[in-house]
Order: sequence, then C-alpha cells, then structure tokens
Amino acid sequence: MNNTANNSKRIPLWAQAYFLLTLAVLAFGFHKAMTAPTEATMGNLYRVFFYHFPHTILSFVFPYLNCAASFLYLFWRSRNPARARAADAFALASAELTVLYASVGLATGMLWGRAAWGIWWAWDARLTTYLLLWLLYVSYLLLRRFSGDDPGSSNTAVLSAALAVFAAIDIPICYMSIRWWRTQHPSPVFGGGADSGIDPVFFPAVLWNMAAWLLWGAFILGLRYALERRRQRAHSDLSLHTISTPQESL
Amino acid sequence: MIYLGHVLAHLRKDLRLEWRSKDFLNGMLFFTLLVLVVFAIAFDPTSYPAIARQISGGLLWVALLFASMTALNQSWSRELRNNVLDAHRLSPAPASAFFVGKAIANFLFVTFVEIVLSLVFVLFYNLHPLGDTWLLLLILPLGTWALVSNGTFFSALSLRTRNRELMLPIVLFPISIPALLAMILATTAVLTGDSSPALWIKVLITYDIVFTIASVLLFDTILNAD
Repeated sequence: MNNTANNSKRIPLWAQAYFLLTLAVLAFGFHKAMTAPTEATMGNLYRVFFYHFPHTILSFVFPYLNCAASFLYLFWRSRNPARARAADAFALASAELTVLYASVGLATGMLWGRAAWGIWWAWDARLTTYLLLWLLYVSYLLLRRFSGDDPGSSNTAVLSAALAVFAAIDIPICYMSIRWWRTQHPSPVFGGGADSGIDPVFFPAVLWNMAAWLLWGAFILGLRYALERRRQRAHSDLSLHTISTPQESL
Repeated sequence: MIYLGHVLAHLRKDLRLEWRSKDFLNGMLFFTLLVLVVFAIAFDPTSYPAIARQISGGLLWVALLFASMTALNQSWSRELRNNVLDAHRLSPAPASAFFVGKAIANFLFVTFVEIVLSLVFVLFYNLHPLGDTWLLLLILPLGTWALVSNGTFFSALSLRTRNRELMLPIVLFPISIPALLAMILATTAVLTGDSSPALWIKVLITYDIVFTIASVLLFDTILNAD
C-alpha cells in the first residue's frame, strides 16, 4: 500500500488491476445474492442480509485497525515522525471506513428489522452496542474536523489518537454493560435473528459478498490512505515553501 | 510523597480560585435547579410517585451531566489566561499531577452541587426511595468521579479544538455511555427497590479504575500535543 505514496500522479498498475478485480467480485456477489433461492418466510426481502452481514462484520474489524494505528502513532510520534504521520493517515482512513460500513450496516439492519420484526429499531443489546460504535467513531471524525486550524496538524493527530485509545477501551466495557442491561429486561422482538443458523444453500452468496465487500473496503482504505498521505505531503511542502520564502504571516 | 504534594498544590490552587470567584458553584447550582423545574413541568412527579421513582435517577444524572459540562468547559480555559497553561507545561512537575489535582477539585464542586440537588429532589419531587438509600452514598461519588475524571480529560483535549464548548459533549457523551447507564440504573434500582444495584456498582468501579488509569497515562501526551 505504501507504493501509492510516491510522487507520481499516475495510479500504479497493480492498484488498477486490484480495482477491476474488486468490481468483478462485487458483480459476481451481486449475481449470487440475486439468484440465491427465495427464503421461506421473508421472500425476496431477505436478500438485504447479503449486504447487511459483510458490512456489520467488517465494521468491527476497522476499529481495531484504527486502534492499532493510533497506538503506533503515539509510539512513533517522537521516535520517527515520518512513520508516525503514515500511521495517523491510516488511523483516519480506518475510522472513516468504520463509520461508512457501520452506517451501511445500520441502514440495512433497519430494513431487515422492519421486514422481520415489523419495527425499524429495537433497543436490544446488539443494536444498542452497534449504534454506540457508530456514535464513537462519528465523534472521532468530528474531533478530527474541529481540532487545529488545519486538518493535518500534529495537534489533530495526537488528540484523535488519544480519543481512539479511549474508544477502544470503551467498546468492551460498553458491550458487556449493555448485555447485562438487556438480559435484565429481555426484549420481546429479539430471537428471530439471522444468526440462528442459515441454510447451506445460501453459503456461496454470503461468502462471495463477504469477499467482495472485504476487497472493496480494503480498496477504499488504501485509496483514502493514499489521499491523506498526498495531503500531508502537500501540506509539508507548503510549510517548507513558507519557511524558505521571507513572509511574516503563516 | 512528592507526587502527592504536587497534586495537593494543584488542588489547593483550584479550590482557592473557586473560593474567590464562586463562578462554577453558583452557575451549576442555578442551572441544575432550572433543569429540575423544567423536568417537573414536563413529567409532573408529585401526582405520580411511582413514575417519579422510575425517572428520578435518570433526571438527576442528566441534570448533573449538563451542569458539570458547563463547569468543565470553564475549568481549563481558566488556565489559558496569562498563558498559565504554558507555564504548567514548562514546569518540571508531572503533568498527571496537574490532571489529578484538577479532577479532584472538579469532583468536589460537582459533589457539592449533587448534595444540594439531592435534597431539592426529595423535596420537589416528593420522593420516597424504596431500596437501600445508604447505597447512594457509594453510587453518587462513583458516578460523579466517572463523569468528572473523563470530563476533565476531555475538556483538556477539546481545549485545542476550534469550538471547544461544543466539542466536550460530543466526545464525552459516547465514551461515558457505559458509566451513565450504570449510574442511572444503580440509582433507579435504589429508588424503586425493584432490583439490586450491585452489578452496576461493580461496573462503575471498573469503569472508574480503567478510565482513571487511561487518563493519567495519556494526559502528558494531551497537554503537550503541539
């Protein structure tokens, strides 16, 4: 992924090939999802599951990448600033991916809930935890937006890395406390969930869509990372330029 | 203990500042009183004592949360006057002592408001708790510390952001949800006497320990962010 960070304006060949492969797998996943046998109770509405499942699973993977990148940032900050900036770009990219995938997961989940339970939303353990995950990373992105005068200052990186560490600590505590909360008051609508086992006939569609959205997520992550690296480079070039030319205002 | 000496020096300074101005206490007390009145108009607690018991725990903490938000926003901007914060950053004293001192000071302010507020609650909302009321002596300080230690940390964090007044609730609320859940459910359990608050007290203790350690460890990084 670092190869995209060179100074050339061209997109490297392997990235183009990867993009085409992702599109092909996405198309094949779509084909599999649409041609899978119609489900007995929900009819065609159940097909949203093929999109809901990969997005939800993957939106639990990106926060870990974000947390790891934030730790690396804090570790490298004084030891290796260049590498720390790369870690920060990766943390930003993975946080945005978390919010994106969790938003799609929430939206498709609500469609699914409306079809399966008759209501858009239930304050049950899983949904609440998931909403909180979304809230945490939206607040992370807002902090990045609001901190510092320019979006790439080291100020932003430090503050958001600290928040990312807090968020990562918060997720397990949150998960456990909400589970206890909801086991005390069991929710009547829960129990018809999709995870109570699926028929093997749906496996190809599930797995192909999983692969497709994983490839797509990795692609967007790489793209966003490369973009952020470019922005960082443009910013440091500008600062160097400002320092080398005599001006009083920065 | 040199570290303890630093903490106490910071604490003394904050208490003295507050003693001379009384900005936080007056502001928070009146603010929470207003919130209580607004909630009473919305829910009419005296006519429905059972409902009052159900919702009072939540209302108490929501009122305190909003009140402490106003005070916490001010607690670090106080240090910005005359560049006092930069002087602190240059001083050889450990940064975390600065944080702990301020967190304890804020804890004392919010606790004071809380004591007054609880009495007002019992009077205005005609509350008759059905559980073990003495457990509130444990729940209230634990919940307050959870709010205040995280709040002090995040207000130091939002000090460097553009619209810091707005930034504090935006970052503090999502992080504090487990603590809020635990303190509200524990208080409601005591007031209604329906269930045991033991589990939620344990959650609060865990939350306090984990996040106090995280704040103390990360505070140096936050203070010297740029």
